[in-house]
Amino acid sequence: MTTIPIDEPRIEQHSNYLTNGYSVKSWLLTTDHKRIALLYLITITLFFFLGGAFAVLIRLDLMTPAGDLMRDETYNKMFTMHGIIMVFFFLIPAVPAVLGNFLIPLMIGARDLAFPRINLLSWYVFVIGGLFTLASVASGGVDTGWTFYTPYSSTYANTHVVLAALGVFITGFSSILTGLNFIVTVHTMRAPGMTWFRLPLFVWANYATSLIMILGTPVLAVTIVLVAIERIFGVGIFDPKLGGDPLLFQHLFWFYSHPAVYIMILPSMGVISELVTCFSRKRIFGYGFVAVSSLLIAVYGFLVWGHHMFVSGQSVYAGMIFSFLSFFVAIPSAIKVFNWTATLYKGSISYQTPMLYVFGFIGLFAIGGLTGLFLATLAVDVHVHDTYFIVAHFHYIMVGGVVMGYLGGIHFWWPKITGRMYPEGWAKLAALIIFVGFNLTFFPQFLLGYLGMPRRYHVYPEEFQILNVMSSAGASILGVGYLLPLVYLFWSLRWGPAAGPNPWAAAGLEWQTSSPPPTENFEKIPIVTQEAYAYSEGSGFPVSPEADYKEGGSPVVHS
Amino acid sequence: MSIPSTAEHHTTTHPALAHHFNDLAQQREAGTLGMWTFLVTEVMFFGGAFTGYAYYRWKFPEAFQAASHHLDIVLGTINTVVLICSSLTMVLAVQGAQRGDRKRLVRFLLLTILLALVFLGIKAFEYHHKWVEGHVPGRYFRWDPQHDGAVSPGGAQLFYSFYFTMTGIHAAHMIIGIGVIGVLVWMALRGRFTPESYGAVENTGLYWHFVDIVWIFLFPLLYLIGRH
Ligand SMILES: [Cu+2]
Repeated sequence: MTTIPIDEPRIEQHSNYLTNGYSVKSWLLTTDHKRIALLYLITITLFFFLGGAFAVLIRLDLMTPAGDLMRDETYNKMFTMHGIIMVFFFLIPAVPAVLGNFLIPLMIGARDLAFPRINLLSWYVFVIGGLFTLASVASGGVDTGWTFYTPYSSTYANTHVVLAALGVFITGFSSILTGLNFIVTVHTMRAPGMTWFRLPLFVWANYATSLIMILGTPVLAVTIVLVAIERIFGVGIFDPKLGGDPLLFQHLFWFYSHPAVYIMILPSMGVISELVTCFSRKRIFGYGFVAVSSLLIAVYGFLVWGHHMFVSGQSVYAGMIFSFLSFFVAIPSAIKVFNWTATLYKGSISYQTPMLYVFGFIGLFAIGGLTGLFLATLAVDVHVHDTYFIVAHFHYIMVGGVVMGYLGGIHFWWPKITGRMYPEGWAKLAALIIFVGFNLTFFPQFLLGYLGMPRRYHVYPEEFQILNVMSSAGASILGVGYLLPLVYLFWSLRWGPAAGPNPWAAAGLEWQTSSPPPTENFEKIPIVTQEAYAYSEGSGFPVSPEADYKEGGSPVVHS
Repeated sequence: MSIPSTAEHHTTTHPALAHHFNDLAQQREAGTLGMWTFLVTEVMFFGGAFTGYAYYRWKFPEAFQAASHHLDIVLGTINTVVLICSSLTMVLAVQGAQRGDRKRLVRFLLLTILLALVFLGIKAFEYHHKWVEGHVPGRYFRWDPQHDGAVSPGGAQLFYSFYFTMTGIHAAHMIIGIGVIGVLVWMALRGRFTPESYGAVENTGLYWHFVDIVWIFLFPLLYLIGRH
């Protein structure tokens, strides 16, 4: 293998997946996984900013102890819509449906996912579910919290619960279809030589995620069906007045919704594994451990749901067992963090934007994960349950973890997706702003929670105001941080320098084809001879950072 | 990490081969695995409902037993036989496709649809009967302790809630299945299936057997347990 630097990279004029048809129809009826990924990207970006708008209103309202901005019912609707939209319409699809969809076939050397039409169907299902949820917003919103706890949701709430629940139900099928497609693709579509233990860790992570999607989501679906039946026909499946048991709802709901945390975080962990090797110019430390820990998380995640119910009336023994088990689920996550850290050790680290997100992820995820151990401890949880401590904890996982991984991945693969480089300086600035804004928003919430401020309340004692104002100030910084990429990524579509096939000199298979890739992904299906982390001297993927990590990069062509 | 290579893409240009697969064997493997994966999700879906049923059966054993006595065991048994027969006709249809015998394929697919309609007809009759008895849960639910059994009306209503939910979801699966089989008939008549390529028939067969098996669990749980 020889390495030939080319001076002036240009967008390749020969046809690629973006130039293969310009009509609206060529997009809305496409079965190309790369185009579907972009459809998802646009859709979830809209939902992200909509969910963010609700967050802005929440934080504005919490600036004053009296909650002057809105009425109590309105506030309930605000945090409900924020939760439903962010969880089901952004966090769950974010990495798998956008980056997974785009990258999995490229990473395993396939022409597409196994079921391209089902892939398109999943996007339509997603949009239809989204429209139902938007309809519930437009018709006045829902006030049950994103958890739809019964019997409030099934009997007492006077808002459009069925409409919103139906939206979540329908969207669940898009998640099931995506998971099914990934599983079959990884099993049957790998290129010659792409053995299971040569699969990129991003693929492993998405495979594990898909297992959770197909095993967990149907349980949520049937739970929603039962709630809808109860609400529409007035039967008492979860209503204690009619013999039903609300705890059964909570068990079924959390049987899905705890593993759903891993649907969100696992793919982001996969992104981090890819990024950390590329920008350390080093093979991932403990490949097998990182790969298998994803599967362990997927399986183990199904055994700990009861830690959401410590104070809701399940038996003390169930609480003790779930507490005990919850500590163990931290182990595979910790394995990943240790392996990433060991990968950094003696690596030739370069501080490109994606790498900044890696550091952000590791730091914030560590805080989120460790506070998770506080919450798994039965006695501590009784103290901080339903306080802002919980809110801070899961935002460290979901925003600090998932969104950091997602943004890191978007930046890393942006040149592959669009053929253009993003502006490095602006991107670094945005990453920094997001990190600072995030911590200023959510760290005070740990303190608030520990001091006893309950979640879901918008009127609070005056001594909590300083911390709340800090949090709101942080949220506005965070908002700027999120708007910046929206602007400069759009800018780069037209004015960004051409990226060339492999601006990072990365070893993964997806970098061996042109940027943007052709519709069929590869000119010829490759034969794979080594894993995606083959950074070593003389391999074409050198261990020292290339001088070409400057803006625009210079592509390295391998022949 | 890669060397350009194997280019047997599209050397076998079978009309049924989708562009992104290398050969029919790969395409078929993907289809079969896809259907099995889908059936796993179905197991989890019904599993949630079965969990609820099991929990309330444990909580209200007498009420569930009394309510279950009001189901028509004769009609339930007939329906079980009808459904098992429909699985048999489905197998014979798949065999027809395997042999390239279009007539046999179409005939047995149509027979499967017919049996499914018989099942749904009997089910509809049973539902109607429950409505007349006042055993449809909700506002019009009536439970007379003297006449129907001296048990918790709430428990009895829960039994019927699960009876209607589970058999209703099952019936919805059958209706979807009838639609899919109808499409298969249409495709078969247009000669879309050959002995090398009949994955759609085979996978629909898998689905159909699954729907059948769900009933094999529902029948004893709803009709039989606790009968003397
Ligand atoms: Cu949890």
